[in-house]
Amino acid sequence: MPDTILVVVEQREGKLNRVSWETITAGQAIAAATGWSLEAAIVGGNAASLAAEVAAKKVAKVYAVESPKLEPYTPDAFAAALKQFLAAKQPKLVLMPHTYQVRDFVPKLATAMGRTVISDCIGFKHEGGKLVFTRQMFQGKLAADVSFTSDAPWFATFQNGAFRGDKAEAGASAAPVETVAVEIADGVIRNKPQEVFKEAKQAVDLTQAEIIVAVGRGIKEQKNIEIAKQLADALGGDLAASRPICDSGWLPMDRQIGSSGQTVAPKLYLALGISGAIQHIVGMKGSRAIIAVNKDSEAPIFEIADYAIIGNLFDIVPPLIEEVKKAKAGG
Amino acid sequence: MKILVCMKQVPQKDAPLKLNESGAWIREDVSYEVNEPDAYALEEALRQREKHKGEVVVITSGPPRAQQVLREALAKGADRAIHLEDDKFVGLDAFNTAKAFAAAIKDEQFDLIFTGLQSDDYGYAQTGVILAELLGLPHATIIMQIEKSDGGIRVKRELEAGYFQFVDMPTPAVLTIQSGINKLRYATLIGIKQAKNKPLRKVALADVQSALGENLQKIERLYVPQKTKKTEHIEGPPGEIAKKLVDKLRNELRVL
Repeated sequence: MPDTILVVVEQREGKLNRVSWETITAGQAIAAATGWSLEAAIVGGNAASLAAEVAAKKVAKVYAVESPKLEPYTPDAFAAALKQFLAAKQPKLVLMPHTYQVRDFVPKLATAMGRTVISDCIGFKHEGGKLVFTRQMFQGKLAADVSFTSDAPWFATFQNGAFRGDKAEAGASAAPVETVAVEIADGVIRNKPQEVFKEAKQAVDLTQAEIIVAVGRGIKEQKNIEIAKQLADALGGDLAASRPICDSGWLPMDRQIGSSGQTVAPKLYLALGISGAIQHIVGMKGSRAIIAVNKDSEAPIFEIADYAIIGNLFDIVPPLIEEVKKAKAGG
Repeated sequence: MKILVCMKQVPQKDAPLKLNESGAWIREDVSYEVNEPDAYALEEALRQREKHKGEVVVITSGPPRAQQVLREALAKGADRAIHLEDDKFVGLDAFNTAKAFAAAIKDEQFDLIFTGLQSDDYGYAQTGVILAELLGLPHATIIMQIEKSDGGIRVKRELEAGYFQFVDMPTPAVLTIQSGINKLRYATLIGIKQAKNKPLRKVALADVQSALGENLQKIERLYVPQKTKKTEHIEGPPGEIAKKLVDKLRNELRVL
């Protein structure tokens, strides 16, 4: 029997979380490289209803891992259900998207099975029969190729955008679907989650902005955000920020770009004094054009910038505002 | 309320990193600082103690230099510290780090255990969750608020894209704390003075060795990321940069 790769897809509120298609793409790529077979699993209270959508992709089989106790999501229930399922199925490699939900339970699941997770991977390599997973370290300054030195199952999670969901190959015909009922004993679930909600009003929807001017720690003080705002206004764009700026209360949370805030893909993203920490990059790397201004030539933001300006933003932004205004006035 | 805060010392954010000879780790001759999310975890523990009385204990694992993180925590108001002190702790994976912590605190009973949601060097976001499983405790991650409740605590979990969720949990429990949950305090001069007299227990690798196993994963190599993007540098004095940039905005990016 060939080794199996199992992609555990994620559902939110009865719908598949779209990032799961990226994990399917990753699974298909690893299957192609290793010759292992690829299967998928959905976990939830009503997993079977979503199985058909997954079965349309090129996977050998889809499992709907079900129990009423899996709704709503709790780490205790998910870890217990998957531990049971994986102990029976014994896949070689288990793949998941690196979502906040997966982060909440997969280290628990792996530990319960005496195994380990390589988290937030951006790719993989298969060299000389050895599989290694690539991930960023030190806030993106360095990359690491990491291998498993443990027995299977191996667990790996992939970063948002590391693979393209639209590249997940469709199957020639629907894959077979098997419903697997799991037993979760009384007393296993200790957390009582309440309804998910969005905080306060979303005064601005940055996902609709064509031009974004974003500030990071390099802006130094709250009052300096004014020049970024002037630049945004001159360009006809919106102001945004990396998390630390919002944590300090200098801009409201609805201006935050990153894994906890908005994910945007505007025509132009102008990053001022943003170092390019992974949690921020993940929210804007899909931007069509990225211009970065930073004093530090080693800042990870320059890895993904189309245009790089290594310099002091306080020297550069004022003349830039003037030139933009001139250009718009027909100069 | 007895709270344990797990803290990590990491290279400073702007420290220039160089690979060591093995190519699988960095040269350690850089400046270090406390892992930022852990500073928020400590602040949260201090605030909970202010509200509910109790004790805040801080723990770290690492070389002698890691003691600095504990000293700063004591100066900010933590009551005592535990230092798992050995160079070899740096090379442990999250699984073994959590096992080492569990072994170091096995004779203590904490109501709450905090970690930062992830570290700025590895960024795995695992140690807290692993520790909860090893201790048989409930946990919640990426926490932005903690309130005491009848059955234990009510926490506010941060989700993606601006969503949140309240979760009721029993204690004892493990929570991984998100940055921005509070505003960090500075250590006062009095605090720094008092820190010198607060208990700091050292735990040797030998004391916890029997609880540890082999690492389950290995960094094969570390390297400067290969760039896939073509980046054009715009140079010159600021006025010239501004003109060149506007030229690009107009003619190449067509946003003006």
